Amino acid sequence: MLMLYVVILFLWLALLLYLVMGGADFGAGIIEMFTSKNNKSRTRRIMYNAIGPIWEANHMWLIIAIVILFVGFPVIYTTMSTYLHIPLVIMLMGIIARGTALTFRNYDAVIDDMQKVYNKIFVYSSFITPLFLGIIAGSAVSGRIDPQANTFMAAYVYSWLNWFSVAIGFFTVALCGFLAAIYLIGEANDEAERKSFIRKARIMNVAAVMAGAAVFIASITEHIPLVQWVFGNIIGITAVSAASISLIILWYLIYKGKQYIIRVLAGFQVTMILLTTTYKHYPNIVILKNGGYLSLIGDRGADKTIEALGMALLIGSLFILPALIYLVWSFQRKPNSNENHH
Amino acid sequence: MDNFLAARSQMALSLGFHIIFSCIGMVMPFFMAVSHYLWLKTNNPVYQNVTKAWSKGVAIFFATGAVSGTVLSFELGLLWPTFMKHAGPIFGMPFSLEGTAFFIEAIALGFYLYGWNRFNKWFHWFTGVVVGISGIASGILVVSANSWMNSPTGFDFVNGKYTNIDPIKAMFNPAWFSQALHMSIAAFAATGFAVAGVHALMILRKMNINFHQKAFRIAAVFGVVASVLQPLSGDISAKMVAKRQPAKLAAMEAHFKTEEYSPLIIGGIPDVKNKKVNYALELPGLLSFMVHDNFKTPVTGLDQIPEKDQPPVAVTHYSFQLMVALGMLMMTIGVVYFIALIKKRDWFNKDWFLRLFIAATPIGFIAVEAGWTVTEVGRQPWIIQGIMRTKDAVTPMPGIGYSFYLFTAVYLTLSIVVIFLLYRQIRMVPQIYDTTKPVHAKN
Ligand code: HDD
Ligand code: HEM
Ligand code: HEM
Repeated sequence: MLMLYVVILFLWLALLLYLVMGGADFGAGIIEMFTSKNNKSRTRRIMYNAIGPIWEANHMWLIIAIVILFVGFPVIYTTMSTYLHIPLVIMLMGIIARGTALTFRNYDAVIDDMQKVYNKIFVYSSFITPLFLGIIAGSAVSGRIDPQANTFMAAYVYSWLNWFSVAIGFFTVALCGFLAAIYLIGEANDEAERKSFIRKARIMNVAAVMAGAAVFIASITEHIPLVQWVFGNIIGITAVSAASISLIILWYLIYKGKQYIIRVLAGFQVTMILLTTTYKHYPNIVILKNGGYLSLIGDRGADKTIEALGMALLIGSLFILPALIYLVWSFQRKPNSNENHH
Repeated sequence: MDNFLAARSQMALSLGFHIIFSCIGMVMPFFMAVSHYLWLKTNNPVYQNVTKAWSKGVAIFFATGAVSGTVLSFELGLLWPTFMKHAGPIFGMPFSLEGTAFFIEAIALGFYLYGWNRFNKWFHWFTGVVVGISGIASGILVVSANSWMNSPTGFDFVNGKYTNIDPIKAMFNPAWFSQALHMSIAAFAATGFAVAGVHALMILRKMNINFHQKAFRIAAVFGVVASVLQPLSGDISAKMVAKRQPAKLAAMEAHFKTEEYSPLIIGGIPDVKNKKVNYALELPGLLSFMVHDNFKTPVTGLDQIPEKDQPPVAVTHYSFQLMVALGMLMMTIGVVYFIALIKKRDWFNKDWFLRLFIAATPIGFIAVEAGWTVTEVGRQPWIIQGIMRTKDAVTPMPGIGYSFYLFTAVYLTLSIVVIFLLYRQIRMVPQIYDTTKPVHAKN
């Protein structure tokens, strides 16, 4: 079943790319939240130039991940969507609000007070969506999903409302903010803007470290063997060390004025974080309260389906990847100064 | 609110909302591409303005279509987990290909919307065409998933187990072609009439006539050609339904009694208890003819179908009648348009002609919603025809009513905002796109 591994790899890549590309995109809204009033509109313009053209494509990674889950691993998809119904609905509300507010504020033909409404909605939903995305991811491995539960609270609320999941939610938010700040450093038009994005990157970095610490503390109080998952194997230790070392390099390079390589390093860190957290319990991606697992291998769909899905993904990526790379590359070049394209 | 009813209502609401945006997302790129092409060929700036104005509309609709579609792909699991657990691996193939189509569409849209003056002009134009083609491909694929629910194939169902799964066969299920064809034409008809209607209104109001006339012509041609083809494709659909889902056909026609020379029933109020239709026009033999190509062969009526397998007759019948009536009306308007085009050029400037199109603005979309109601309600009580009942598929989580209220509020708000934004776009046309005045402002 070579195709099974192709499919799993694509699932992992889709999650990773959603976290990196979509994450930077969410982070842009989070940064906007922490920007002083008189800098807001400048920040907004820079961000829009950066994320506008690829917004649609970024959010496709989530759809790819979901489709892979429901076609290839229906039991995992349906278990999560049953027991994590509430956070999923909140996340969806965030996705609706954010996508529409971003577009509306750029395409409203009249510029008036409605802009304030769009901005508010955009900023809050940029925060809520990754928060709940993190909560959902945390809940999958926190061992609280309980198909035998017989009260509403136990089945549908405590499945996700616990310190561990919530801490992962905040960690995700901080990570998104960090990615966005690092990305925006390269988009700044002058030294003052650059400085301000560097400062934001620093704040987000500190926030991420604090949230990360909170995740570990919560894992201990909630009896989740996170320490063991991360530090109990060579891959985990290597990945954590690589992430830490690259973080130091990243800060060194920021002060050196390197704009593009730091993006790669930030992406590398997220990759390492996802690798450590998924490696140890692969292929079990949902841990149930009774100690059982839902596994990418044991709970996969029919072989013929996996085969067809793998082929579809491979062929699809032949079309998508070159086009996507060309898109990102085309809009990397700064827009002509007085050109206004919306 | 009853949990099961709430889940059904939420599904219907979400799909009914999404379909409007997806139809526009499928069709508008073609209107844009035509106008864009005319601009590149003629260098007439009015065409450029039409293209740009439309592209802003498309951006608004596309974003709304994309988020509502994202919601749907989660909702299938949130509301119908038991269905997805079994059906996912069988009917999922079109969804995974659709993922590719969406992705290409999203990338091409990025190029198109942000690519003005950045790329070779034909490359830029081409990315707009790609948006349209991949939109149509997505529509066809998702409808093929839906048609599988109507004519499930590609697996064996023994002792409650789904074995021998063949996702490719499931994708090309017997109903996929008729449904995909009918849906694609419907999207052109509905969007064409809607867009033409809005521009006709502006012409009637004597606003930027040159701009709106060009826009009207492009949209109307697509709309009327589609609306003339639509009844033909509807006939293919009906024959398919008769073959695969006799209960649905019987409900559509409110056809209670299996007998020779089955009549075609037009209008009327179905009386399910007494198994008859009151106040209807009955044309003997015509239903037999439409289904079996001869006037005699009986068409299966509801009397042949166990009560527990019968769909709601009234809703299905009314929706079907509504769709067909609107279809006929649109076809008639289409014929009027062709007469104007070939013989009576001056009709184009007549108020009654414009009024006809203004009045027809919403009817394509009403027909689309009615048609889907036929398809979905007519399949009840099955979620997978003959295999799984809808009530067995629903989520065990209680309180879906609240979720339904929440989604209703959100979709209502979004609809209002989208209408408000479009209104503003149209109102700003004189400032932004009137070539007789200097062009400035945003853009
Ligand atoms: C502009 C919209 C529009 C118009 C004018 C028509 N339809 Fe339609 N119809 C649809 C839009 C639509 C739809 C919303 O797109 C449906 C729902 C599912 C589908 O594939 O197409 C549909 C479904 C649908 C079905 C059910 C298919 C199924 O359940 O599998 C039948 C039998 C017809 N149509 C027949 C007709 C006939 C005989 C028409 C004659 C004028 C007609 N339609 C006009
Ligand atoms: C976009 C147009 C569509 C509209 C307006 C629509 C409308 C509806 C309606 C009215 C119902 C409720 C039927 C009832 O319970 O009485 C329903 C149910 C449902 N539809 Fe659709 N539908 C559409 C397309 C689709 C497609 C493309 C799919 C799947 C690929 C789909 C899947 C479902 C499912 C799973 C249910 C719930 C189970 C059921 O009631 O059969 N629908 N839809
Ligand atoms: C008859 C029913 C449907 C048709 C014709 C249809 C068609 C389309 C089209 C053309 C788009 C492109 C977006 C746009 O241009 O606005 C779209 C978006 C989308 N649809 Fe649907 N769809 C239908 C039902 C569904 C269902 C049942 C699902 C999920 C289960 C779904 C999932 C999506 C998703 C995820 C997107 C977003 C893709 C993006 O970001 O571009 N759709 N749909």
